[in-house]
Amino acid sequence: MRQSRYLLKKIGWALLTVLIVILLNFFLFRILPGDPARAGIRDPRLTQDAVAAIRERFGLDKPVINCFESLNPVKFGSCGVNPLDTQLFIYVGNLLQGELGISYHTNRPVLDMLKEQLWNTVLLIGAAQILAIFFGMGLGILAAWRARTTIDYTALLASLTFWSLPTFWLGIILLFWGSNQFGLPTGGKATPGGNFATVWQEWADVGRHLLLPTLTYTIVFLGEYMLIMRSTLLDVLSEDYILTAKAKGLRTVQILKDHALQNAMLPMVTIIALNLGFTVAGAIQIETVFSWPGLGGAIFEAVGRKDYPMLQGAFLLIAVSVIFANLIADLLYSYLDPRVQAG
Amino acid sequence: MSDTAVSTTSIRGFWRSFRRSRMGLIGLFMFLVVVLMAVFAPAIAPYDPKEVVRVTIDDIYAAPSAEHWLGTDDAGRDVLSNFIYGSRVSLIVGFFASFISIFIGSFVGIVAGFYGGRAENILMRFTDIMLVIPDLPLAVVIVALTKPSLWNIIFVIGALGWTGSARLVRSQTLAVKQRKFVLRARSIGAGNMHIIRYHILPMVLPLIVVNTVLVISLAILNESTLSFLGLSDPTALSWGQMLNFAFTRGAMSARAWWALVMPGLGIVWAVLACTLLGQGLEQVLNPRLETHHLAVGVQMVDRGAEVQA
Repeated sequence: MRQSRYLLKKIGWALLTVLIVILLNFFLFRILPGDPARAGIRDPRLTQDAVAAIRERFGLDKPVINCFESLNPVKFGSCGVNPLDTQLFIYVGNLLQGELGISYHTNRPVLDMLKEQLWNTVLLIGAAQILAIFFGMGLGILAAWRARTTIDYTALLASLTFWSLPTFWLGIILLFWGSNQFGLPTGGKATPGGNFATVWQEWADVGRHLLLPTLTYTIVFLGEYMLIMRSTLLDVLSEDYILTAKAKGLRTVQILKDHALQNAMLPMVTIIALNLGFTVAGAIQIETVFSWPGLGGAIFEAVGRKDYPMLQGAFLLIAVSVIFANLIADLLYSYLDPRVQAG
Repeated sequence: MSDTAVSTTSIRGFWRSFRRSRMGLIGLFMFLVVVLMAVFAPAIAPYDPKEVVRVTIDDIYAAPSAEHWLGTDDAGRDVLSNFIYGSRVSLIVGFFASFISIFIGSFVGIVAGFYGGRAENILMRFTDIMLVIPDLPLAVVIVALTKPSLWNIIFVIGALGWTGSARLVRSQTLAVKQRKFVLRARSIGAGNMHIIRYHILPMVLPLIVVNTVLVISLAILNESTLSFLGLSDPTALSWGQMLNFAFTRGAMSARAWWALVMPGLGIVWAVLACTLLGQGLEQVLNPRLETHHLAVGVQMVDRGAEVQA
């Protein structure tokens, strides 16, 4: 009973957050100075008729929102229009049907473009996160176990330095070094015009392109995981039950594995989930530097081209993914540690 | 968490504890170097970045030489001078944005923690929602839609970076609120404002200070990222913007490493300085045991504030 209530509450909050993101996404693009209608149709060669036609096609001729005269004394919005005929209603209605609009730049449906890019980003982030979690945790365990030794201080300083690295700069430096020294590809996902005999060769080509972005990502995120693992494990190792285990004569490795790590893993789950926001921030930078055709790169390009439907769609998809990943982590955490449900 | 060490009550006592943290000292030194560089930029920089220069093709991405120690950039300007002046923008954005963040965060945290009830519920729910929405994409969207001026960037970074501080300050406020002296003050008729001003704030302030230093480092990182993505004030040359110019204007193919390496090192230096300083301050204000039952060759003795790192 309590479990299902907890579940419903968490899902409810996630849905509310999604709703707020949708509203934020809608109003930001209409209230802030960069009016999508003017920005998309800035070309002075367009005639008045053409501008009107474009405005009509993208629904920009409709009132933004309807004003409910009795509810809002400041008369915000256009009064006396049919609420079903406002941009807000059309926007939300379209979203429910999976319609994200048409890119001003490529004239293709935004959703189709985002679908391709999402998988590229998942591929890049997935590979790097697994590596970063693995090496970061390993280093954190080592540092905590050998606390206050040279190993610990070296690992600590390295992690703090990694954490301080601007992701895009590390990417630039690795790209510079990798392409000059080892002839690694300078960007993209595959060699343009490449002709491969087998699927394996094609995958090997993608792998070569993935190498540097993944390395950059791993280094940047490794530091934080190491720091968290170290400090959590230090806390756990100072607990009395560790002393008890030691008094029982258990071997160090055994205590670490069976007594300490199990408890230290819990905060890691939360941190990994909370980190997803930063992960996405990293994707924007890395995909920009390495011209990786993912969601982050799409945001950057959409900004440069003032392609607002694309920017809007990419931001929505990123925000919603992060919200749901957080939800999953919350539920996972409550499964791993049933005490949180009581709180 | 709830108690600050006794030795931190006076400035001299604070310095005595802080001196023991090697990391904190290194961080303080690194931080002072950047601040001095920014303040005395006109005196240190060999050239004035705003000066009009006459450029020939040989001056573009010219390799380091006696005249230009770090070579020149895509416009034939001295990289070293740009680098020295660039520290000003990074620090200005770092300071002002983090003040905005800390102000909002402390306000939300103290109000939520102190008043509790419905105010706390609404504020913390709002904080949770803001915490989940990814910062950088939102910042990119907002800056892309508004004019990318220095103040817009400061405002956006500041207005998005307060969630962590709010949660931290709230939990500290909750802890302080339970203490006896708050009850005592209330029983002799002190009002809410008085209690917040004279009892809660002084106890929460050390935490806010540590947090500010860490938020500055985040703000500097965010500024450099936005600038690198081309979303910065074109008249305020920052380290991130130098990298944007170099990267988008052919430094990679010209193999002009001098235009790419230094600005990045500047960012790392400034961010690392704040991070180390923050760690040092935290060790003084919130000393914790740095050893444990499985430590090699160290007996587990409570050395209190004698912790080194």
